Amino acid sequence: MSAHGEHIDVDKHVRTYVLVFVTLLALTLITVAISYLHLPLLPAVALALVVALTKGSLVACYFMHLISERKLIFLVLAFTVFFFFFVLLGPWLTEANQVGAGL
Amino acid sequence: MSTAIPYTVEVRQDTGLNNVKLGIWLFLASEVMLFGALFASYILLRVGAPPGTWPIHGAVYLNVPLATINTAVLITSSVTMVMAWASLVRARQAGSESLGKYRLFMGATVALGFVFLVIKYFEYSAKFHHHLGPHTNTFLAIYFTLTGLHGLHVIGGMAVNSYLLFPGSKMWRTAPQQFINRVEAAGLFWHFVDLVWIFLFPVLYLL
Repeated sequence: MSAHGEHIDVDKHVRTYVLVFVTLLALTLITVAISYLHLPLLPAVALALVVALTKGSLVACYFMHLISERKLIFLVLAFTVFFFFFVLLGPWLTEANQVGAGL
Repeated sequence: MSTAIPYTVEVRQDTGLNNVKLGIWLFLASEVMLFGALFASYILLRVGAPPGTWPIHGAVYLNVPLATINTAVLITSSVTMVMAWASLVRARQAGSESLGKYRLFMGATVALGFVFLVIKYFEYSAKFHHHLGPHTNTFLAIYFTLTGLHGLHVIGGMAVNSYLLFPGSKMWRTAPQQFINRVEAAGLFWHFVDLVWIFLFPVLYLL
C-alpha cells in the first residue's frame, strides 16, 4: 500500500525505473555529443536546455513519482514555477528599467 | 499533551496527503527558489560580462569527462535510491521483515554520493593546483558557488541516507509505513539534488 492507500505494483515501477535510467544515461551522452558540434551559442543553449528539461522531467515524473501525485503538490509547484521564472526574468526587468536614465 | 507530529502515516482529509509528503515538497519548493536565484545570477553575470572576459565554454577551465562520469554517478544513485524505497514497499507487501535489499540499495546510494564527492575533490584540487579559484574571474566565482552549494546538498543527503541506513532503520520493526514514508521523503530530496546537477552540468561545463 502507498501512503495514499492504493496498491503499488512494484514490479511495474522497477521496470519503469530501469527504462528511465537507461534513457537518462543516453541523454547525458547526447548532451556531451552536442557540445562537440560547436554550434553557435543560441542553438547550443536551446538544445542543451531541451535535453536537460527532458532529463529533469523524467526524474521528476518517475523517480519523484510526480506523474501520480496529488493536486496539492502540483499547486505548490505551480506557485514555485511562477516565482522561479520571475526570479529568472529579474535580470531582464532591471535591464529594461530605463526610468530616469536620461536625466 | 502529545508532542508527536500528526499525520506522518495517515492521509489528512483536507490535503489528501500525509504531512511528510507535503512538508518535503514545500521544502523542495524553497530549494528551487534558492538555486533559481543563483541561476538568475549566472545569467545576469554572463549576459553582462564585458566581451572577452567570459570563457567560450566551460571546458576552457573545467574537466568535461570527469563531470560526465559524475552525472552518470548521480543518475545511478537516483535509481538505487528509488530501488531502496521499492524494496521496502515490496517487503511490506510480502509481510517480510528483511532489510537486506534495502540496505544494499541504500548503501549503494550513499557510496555513489561519496564517489561523486571524491571526483569533485579531484576537480577542485586540479583548479587550486593551477591557482584557479573563485577569485580568478566571474565565471569561476559562480562555478564554485553553484557546485559548492550543490556539494553541500550532496553531503546533507548522504547524512540523512546514512542515518536511514543504520540507526534510523530500527523504525522498520515498530512503524514500517512511517519508515517507508521517511525513505520516500529522503529520496525526493536526493532526486532533487540529481535534478539540480542535470541543469548545472550543461550550463557550467558545456555552454
